[in-house]
Amino acid sequence: MNIQIRKCYYGDIPEENNSGAGTQSASNESLWPLWEVFIRSKQGLDHKHAGSLHAADAQMAMENARDVYTRRQEGVSLWVVESKNIHASNPDEAEMFFEPSSDKAYRHPTFYDLPDEVKHM
Amino acid sequence: MNQHHQINESIKCLIDQTLHLADTCLILGQRNSEWCAHGPILEQDIAITNITLDLIGQARNFYQYAAKLLVEYEQKQATEDTLAYLRTEREFKNLLICELPNGDWANTILRQFFFSTFQVLLFEEMSHSKDAQLSAIAIKSIKETNYHVKWSSEWVIRLGDGTAESKERMINAIDNLWMYTGEFFIPAKYETIDVVLLKEKWLQKVKEVFDEATLIIPDKGFMQSGGKLGAHTEHLGFILSELQYLQRVHPGAEW
Repeated sequence: MNIQIRKCYYGDIPEENNSGAGTQSASNESLWPLWEVFIRSKQGLDHKHAGSLHAADAQMAMENARDVYTRRQEGVSLWVVESKNIHASNPDEAEMFFEPSSDKAYRHPTFYDLPDEVKHM
Repeated sequence: MNQHHQINESIKCLIDQTLHLADTCLILGQRNSEWCAHGPILEQDIAITNITLDLIGQARNFYQYAAKLLVEYEQKQATEDTLAYLRTEREFKNLLICELPNGDWANTILRQFFFSTFQVLLFEEMSHSKDAQLSAIAIKSIKETNYHVKWSSEWVIRLGDGTAESKERMINAIDNLWMYTGEFFIPAKYETIDVVLLKEKWLQKVKEVFDEATLIIPDKGFMQSGGKLGAHTEHLGFILSELQYLQRVHPGAEW
């Protein structure tokens, strides 16, 4: 039977309710790795995460990104990164990662008297 | 031959030339559109559908121009829609290769590669056309066609130099399609672009990609022709009956 063990990468959540690695029958999609797509919408702006897609290699990923994500003039530059190379923060650790900063308003640079000469702040 | 007659003749040629270009883009677009929602993977489904939309966009530009010429010079009632939806099989002047069934993915991408490689060369030539409108359409279209060549040639390489099965499928596709590539370079009377001159460059590009794909160009053999003059394979009638069904059954229907 055509069953294989597949490692699940970030964002690549299988439809079955099995977190992490699981078994599922091989389809075309499971054979092609997942890629994350970043688009720069115009010169001078940052690349922003736009979504993900499947592709056999970087070149195909770039073209798929062009065809899937820039059909409506969304961008002037593309990055693609294989999803397995992205290390995501763990949702279970969100409490200790992010909540401690919520009551530290003094970290915002808003407690200074600005001299009148300083403009554009 | 008086001067008036000569002008008429050259306008007739221009109209036929424009219709040939339009029909070729429309029929290949219609064929490729059969892949919509049936592509091998979502991303490639979108890729082939994008190419299809490019081709139909090109067809519209050519049909609009042909309709304008017909109205202006021949006092005929024509629009882009009547030209696409109300002409019969024998009136269509598309290249035969466009109307062939899609076959498998290998066959589809190889046809796209053969055709788009030719189309880039054609549009390069056409961009220098004395006819301002044809030249403008060529210049506008060539950017998207360059991408079609890039996309399809990479697929030829990927499958040709891929697994035993993908290679076999490519070889079958070459067997199916090769005899329809000769028509690119057989000029019709009405053609204002010298297609014979494009053959060497086309072969050179195909050889380049085939070398990388470890595929072999077939020996010289019999080449099919006739599409440019309205003599088609048995497949075109079926395409038109599907394409034209709505306008034939409900004339003038809009949605």
